[in-house]
Amino acid sequence: MVIRGLAFTAMVSIMTTVGIIFILGEESFHFFSQVSIKEFFFTTTWAPLFEPRLFGIWPLINGTLIIAIGAIIFALPIGLGIAIYSSEYATGWWQKILKPVLEVLAGIPSVVYGFFALTEVTPFLTRIFPQIEVFNALSASIVIAIMILPTIASICDDSLRAIPKAVRDGAYALGTRKSEVTLSIVVPAALSGILASFILAFSRAIGETMAVTLAAGATPQLTLNPLVGVQAMTAYIAQVSLGDVPHGTVEYQSIFAVGLVLFVMTLAMNLLSQYIVRRFARKYE
Amino acid sequence: MNPVESPASAAKPNLFQNKRTLRLVKERVFFGIIFASTLLALGFLFYLLFSIFHQGWDHLSVDFFTNFPSRFPAKAGFKSAIYGTVWLGGLTLIFSVFFGVGAALYLQEMSPRNRFTSWIEISISTLAGVPSIIYGMLGLGIFVRFLDLGRSVLAGALTLSLLIIPVIIIASREALKSVPDSVRMASYALGASKWQTVRDHVLPSAIPGVATGVILSMARAMGEAAPLILLGALTYVAFIPGSPMDSFTAMPIQIFNWASRPQEAFHDLASTGIIVLLGFLMICNSAAIFIRSRWGKRL
Repeated sequence: MVIRGLAFTAMVSIMTTVGIIFILGEESFHFFSQVSIKEFFFTTTWAPLFEPRLFGIWPLINGTLIIAIGAIIFALPIGLGIAIYSSEYATGWWQKILKPVLEVLAGIPSVVYGFFALTEVTPFLTRIFPQIEVFNALSASIVIAIMILPTIASICDDSLRAIPKAVRDGAYALGTRKSEVTLSIVVPAALSGILASFILAFSRAIGETMAVTLAAGATPQLTLNPLVGVQAMTAYIAQVSLGDVPHGTVEYQSIFAVGLVLFVMTLAMNLLSQYIVRRFARKYE
Repeated sequence: MNPVESPASAAKPNLFQNKRTLRLVKERVFFGIIFASTLLALGFLFYLLFSIFHQGWDHLSVDFFTNFPSRFPAKAGFKSAIYGTVWLGGLTLIFSVFFGVGAALYLQEMSPRNRFTSWIEISISTLAGVPSIIYGMLGLGIFVRFLDLGRSVLAGALTLSLLIIPVIIIASREALKSVPDSVRMASYALGASKWQTVRDHVLPSAIPGVATGVILSMARAMGEAAPLILLGALTYVAFIPGSPMDSFTAMPIQIFNWASRPQEAFHDLASTGIIVLLGFLMICNSAAIFIRSRWGKRL
């Protein structure tokens, strides 16, 4: 009896997964009965709120990717640097408190980062790039980089620590210095974990909503310029739901189609990261 | 002594010395880079907190806590958002502890190894990586439309519960895993059933770890704005929810609303709201740290 009850609570996870796929699939099905899949994936203008309505998703994917790639470019070297510092160099109490303090960055809600991007990062960037727009992809990239730093630093740190001391001692015995041991022995040995952290952080950056909605703007366009406003997939979904669009219209259904693309992208990233950990993790016995 | 050897032995230490200096410099530069990246991250954290406190501290008054939101920045307050978050938090806590800890107990202690449990495990690890906005769409489809709960506190709390249940399951399973088998064996030896063992011995020993996981994921849920925006939580609410079926606003949503307005005065209000929200989350996190240090070291 009790076991049945507990099994039911465990079933909730399966029901949630099925529910997500069903809801996204059902509304997307209605969407694609009005907008052809060909238009959705093979045209390049996204203008769902004005006549003539155009649903080519590439500007939104472009917006999401430019922000996420920018965030990774900032976050990966810094996060790896922090991980190397905290696992190989820092000692004593300083090493102990470093990780929890950095975890605070991950605990700050994303709406706070969005606000920070808007009121501090963009004004700062204006001094460097006077032509920058008020809403721009770069400021969103920078705050998302800060947001995902703890993810990267923490997973890299764990995988660096997992390299046994004997491996380092072997290198030291050959007369190498600490930086040489770290860069040419320890980091390559931990590469699978580093790669996994990178992909996981990238998937977080893709799914991030509030910071991109506040800081990156609402102008879907195909561009590689990080100084202009773009619209990410998540920002579009948030914009439509803020605008009180009636149920059953094609705009309402379009957020589910965009959500489905977002879901598939993050799912692929997460599965890839799990696969890398399983496939490439070296075992030291 | 040997005239042939002397030039070579004079050159050798020199060559060695050059290489040594270069390697020393490299060592220093490398350390400088990684130390600088750590300081950069810490600097960002402190600057972020400093700038928000600097902008919002002056508005932190009793009125801010007791006024409802308003079109006029001078009169606007945070009352409905605070109450909304407390309502959401209470209901989310009930649902997510019940389902999250229940599922963790089942998977870690009770379940047979079969295809059913492996499907559950696959879906948990999948759900842990799904963006929060997707949960908002799920909540919109299931709770708001299908179950017809409307834009109520209940719909919001159920959605946030689904969001954090996978995290609670993973944390609780870790806590249950760390309970030594000798505890279970001793209980079985005295004739206790499986459920009695889990209820009276394993779960109580795992409570500190479970509570830490629950509190940390609650703190995450209370900071989420995206799923609530999807559900259509209102940004202007001039009343306090009286029942789970009332509509609501929450702290992150009110902050988002103020932040997205162009006027500077509303930005000041947003910073004050952020101070209150961060204070709230800090209390949650300190509670988790306290529980871990107070009860974490038994066994």
